[in-house]
Amino acid sequence: MKRVIRFNLNGEDIEAYAPENMTILDFLRKEMHLTGTKRGCEEGECGACTIMLDGKPIAACLMLAVEADGHSVVTIEGIMRGGRLHPVQQEFIDKWALQCGFCTPGMILSAIALLEHNPQPSEYEIRDAIAGNLCRCTGYAKIVEAIASAAEVLRKGA
Amino acid sequence: MSLPKFEYIKAQTIGEAAALAAETGDKGMVMAGGTDIIPLLKDRVKLPGYIIDLKGVPGLRQLEYTEESGLKVGALTTLREIETSAVVKSKLPAVAAAAHYVASTQVRCRGTMVGNICNASPSADTACILLVMNAAVQTAQAGGAGRVIPLSGFFKGVKQTTLEPGELVTEINIPALKSGEGSAYFKFAVRKAMDLAIIGAAVWVKMDGGRIADCRIAVGGANTTPFRAAAAEKQLIGREYGESLLAEAAATASKECRAISDVRASAEYRVDMVRVFTKRAFKEALGNLKA
Ligand code: FES
Ligand code: FES
Repeated sequence: MKRVIRFNLNGEDIEAYAPENMTILDFLRKEMHLTGTKRGCEEGECGACTIMLDGKPIAACLMLAVEADGHSVVTIEGIMRGGRLHPVQQEFIDKWALQCGFCTPGMILSAIALLEHNPQPSEYEIRDAIAGNLCRCTGYAKIVEAIASAAEVLRKGA
Repeated sequence: MSLPKFEYIKAQTIGEAAALAAETGDKGMVMAGGTDIIPLLKDRVKLPGYIIDLKGVPGLRQLEYTEESGLKVGALTTLREIETSAVVKSKLPAVAAAAHYVASTQVRCRGTMVGNICNASPSADTACILLVMNAAVQTAQAGGAGRVIPLSGFFKGVKQTTLEPGELVTEINIPALKSGEGSAYFKFAVRKAMDLAIIGAAVWVKMDGGRIADCRIAVGGANTTPFRAAAAEKQLIGREYGESLLAEAAATASKECRAISDVRASAEYRVDMVRVFTKRAFKEALGNLKA
């Protein structure tokens, strides 16, 4: 059965029909055509599907679309600011923190969620924040560097 | 992976949720965070006709601490809220640490401590520390008053608890640490995140000067349910603390477990790690005594 859900998606209030037995991951990709949120393991292990729900990073493959009703969801498509890349995105590019890019949207959302409540994270805190995001390409060093330097950019008020 | 067909019901009161759970029986599944349930549905391990979501029920998100009644953790309180809470970190650091050991940030932002124990995985990260802290759960029952179940009587087997059909856990109560008491939890796994424990060990100890006035040791990941190492505890209680006494008791604890072999470790290895980690947890608890 389908249900009407109302929630805020990337800053816009939306109303849509969602099948009860559909994850928010499939809903975003198939119904909203927002394919930036990646489908990896589908069981909460890899972090490729990370989105922000009310400002917190969550695995979209472990949440039903109907559970989004009344909440706010941010995906990788919703983090640019005034037509410019978010500093975390820019630093990922500048520091070569991605190769194939499959883990990148999830990594970036985990990083943004961290920096929003901890503007000056230690290396341990950065690694802990992305512990649920697997990357098969980079070896993580560049990702940690990019997040640390994005923190600096954000602190300087970019 | 698609989800099987089910009807989603968002309960508005705990009474409604319990009544629905009783009515739907085997066909109903109660959901809090959903992080354990959704993979079970995808893998068709469970095929419930109804998902009863608790997230619409008010009053289940508490995280309250008092010196008299300890910590109350609601059925919807997330593991992330517990591990990041300043009061939990300062008053019950081992509880915050155990919550942090579960999976990843993404899972802990949805998953709950109540769900972690209700799922009753042998390696549930929060079970051991709750056992040694003498925690208890408060339940609600359809058409009844609910009851208090001590954690020691909560786990029945792999993925099985002593909850009755139509009975839901509404909160966990964890007693406060008193002066001279300390506790600790250590998880041993190959990876730091997203990994299940090969074993986990928790210790609560009450010291009287150099003498161990009382202690409780729990081991998870080794047997089908987390268990108390009663013989090891007995060896320690009433004795003067010393390295050799602890080594003896840790060896006893490892003899008490009926470890299983699986892809993560052999039974022999688990048994030996129980010895090692019981010792570490005990020392950590001693280093954490409340003034
Ligand atoms: S797809 Fe959700 S965690 Fe892997
Ligand atoms: S860049 Fe390929 S998985 Fe991370």
